[in-house]
Amino acid sequence: MHRKRLAWSLGLCLLAGASLWVLWVSVQNWLPVSYLPYYLPCPEVLSQYPQPKLLLEHRPTELLTLTPWLAPIVSEGTFDPELLQHIYQPLNLTIGVTVFAMGKYTRFVQRFLESAEKFFMRGYRVHYYVFTHDPAAIPRVPLGPGRHLSVIPTQGHSHWEEISMRRMEAISRHIAGRAHGEVDYLFCLDVDMVFRNPWGPETLGDLVAAIHPGYYAVPRQQFPYERRPVSTAFVADGEGDFYYGGAVFGGQLARLYEFTRGCHMAILADKANGIMAAWQEESHLNRRFISHKPSKVLSPEYLWDDRKPQPPSLKLIRFSTLDKDGGWLRN
Amino acid sequence: MAKTQKTDDQVWGELAVTAVPRKPNCRLLRPSILLLMALVLVLLGYGILSPGGGRMLGSLGAGTAVREPDRLQVVTLSRKAYPQPKALTPPRTDVLVLTPWLAPIVWEGTFNSDILNVQFQLQNTTVGLTVFAIKKYVVFLKLFLETAEKHFMAGHRVIYYVFTDRPDAVPRVALGPGRRLQVLRARPFARWQDVSMQRMQMLSEAAEQGFLREVDYLVCADVDMQFHDHVGVEILSPLFGTLHPGFYGRPREAFTYERRPQSQAHIPWDEGDFYYSGAFFGGSVPEVQRLTKACHQAMLADRANGIEAVWQDESHLNKYLLYHKPTKVLSPEYMWDQQLLGWPSVLRKLRFVAVSKNHPEIRKSESGGQPAGSREGSPEGAGRAGRAVGN
Repeated sequence: MHRKRLAWSLGLCLLAGASLWVLWVSVQNWLPVSYLPYYLPCPEVLSQYPQPKLLLEHRPTELLTLTPWLAPIVSEGTFDPELLQHIYQPLNLTIGVTVFAMGKYTRFVQRFLESAEKFFMRGYRVHYYVFTHDPAAIPRVPLGPGRHLSVIPTQGHSHWEEISMRRMEAISRHIAGRAHGEVDYLFCLDVDMVFRNPWGPETLGDLVAAIHPGYYAVPRQQFPYERRPVSTAFVADGEGDFYYGGAVFGGQLARLYEFTRGCHMAILADKANGIMAAWQEESHLNRRFISHKPSKVLSPEYLWDDRKPQPPSLKLIRFSTLDKDGGWLRN
Repeated sequence: MAKTQKTDDQVWGELAVTAVPRKPNCRLLRPSILLLMALVLVLLGYGILSPGGGRMLGSLGAGTAVREPDRLQVVTLSRKAYPQPKALTPPRTDVLVLTPWLAPIVWEGTFNSDILNVQFQLQNTTVGLTVFAIKKYVVFLKLFLETAEKHFMAGHRVIYYVFTDRPDAVPRVALGPGRRLQVLRARPFARWQDVSMQRMQMLSEAAEQGFLREVDYLVCADVDMQFHDHVGVEILSPLFGTLHPGFYGRPREAFTYERRPQSQAHIPWDEGDFYYSGAFFGGSVPEVQRLTKACHQAMLADRANGIEAVWQDESHLNKYLLYHKPTKVLSPEYMWDQQLLGWPSVLRKLRFVAVSKNHPEIRKSESGGQPAGSREGSPEGAGRAGRAVGN
């Protein structure tokens, strides 16, 4: 009798478990996931703009505008800023930005934020996340309406390489912990940079990478990938699309979380093997972007090195290195 | 009597002994059940608390959770050799490959099928192809399906949805692995304009009823066409339209939009990006549902006001795509009429082309209805793909 009862309860447990699982799976499909529409819902305010010309008489821009996997490469002239504004403004988006101001890098925060207030996502809700070991060193910069700043205390490290590698971990944890309730898109930027021209919704996408300014005209064999096969960031000779810069990447939270977490895991694996990639997290970022291709690529306009002369193929430099030799005193 | 009578204790004792032998492993049953329950709960909890599940729960609460518009989940691509994209050497400099709202315009040379195939295959993408074969138009099905088997989404899962009033006339075409065909019933309207317009209604109803939920993307095509070259996953995106072959180089004032303000499909003279063809459009299932529902409701409103748009559902499609920008635009390679327009050099491939409608069976007039071939002689011109206004 006892055994029979036990067998019955065991069966009931299994049934309950199975039905709960079935319920869970079906609920996942029913959930009215709030859908972020791509298009303009309200047509009345659409302003007049010139018709796109399909057949070109002359070469429009020297830069490639579409990757082989049909991701747009964003540069001046490829998009209509007003049109995009009309499309994205009604969506009431909040854009997040993470910067790491560790050690002496806290002194770059002021210029970064001031220039961001002038040029970054004007007219949108923005949330800056400043990761620092020294919250007191972060200056109070006046922010426009709908724009907020949060200082996130972070553990410092003795070596700057270590700091750089820990960024992926910090970002993925931040997304899982806090950002997912506060922002729709997130950009991860280097702090020792300055915005020089408008950076708008043309940069928004599921997974966004920026082409490194030093390597956009260079064959892939010369990209500074990690070339040691023992590293998880190893890229073989015939691989690679572009060399992306570690100073600018971003995207939608879910995709970005997977991306940063994947990079972090790869970094940990390397650490366990006692190896550090040639360009730290930038190497891992590049490795990951080969197998998880970005849905949108930013031209070097969005990640420029001011020490280089501006080539004719780049019409508008939007985000570039801050001259660290005290050049800001000149402005 | 006294001998056989046992005390209660004795009886219970005997029963206890004979009923369940108290073996040591029986004692483990109860804790093992508890362990099993704990395991089930842990698995469920992991499903909820892990990032993927947490996202779902987050969307319950916040209401602002975002689902990836293009449904390209995390995908790890296998390492396959392909040439490096050249940042300073665009493959096509004769045509626009990106719209002002950053949607790719798909031309031959702009995409690498190997990369795209891997991306979509890793997510087990299933594509639905809808086609309407009403009355005499069933005769086009055989060539349509046979050529689709050769060129449409090769290597991916495909479901053909054939809407027809003559299920018995649907030809038996051999389908490759992972591909199947489903026949759905449609009403045979007398006027070809109504046949064309009912497609929007039927598609939105089918989507709503869940027929089309088995696929990730829907492609809605005219039946009097054939596949002539590769049409693959490069077209897939949340919402895509195709450039009409008759208007791809023309100014917007020449587009045959509906110009009467009384119609829901009205587009003013100074507006318009492209003239999209009503014969090839699609996207993700939710987006196609939205589009077809909007067009159907707009057509109902027009009918109530006693007006019919100049190119019926195509006019309404153009209105919709003007204010709901597509995320990809297909070049006229994907909608062509070689008989009428030849083969200009700007088209490196002709992928989806019109079938000549000078078929004697089509010409034969139907009883009680307009001859299906009457579009050729109608005042508006020679049917959809044939309305070339001189390029």
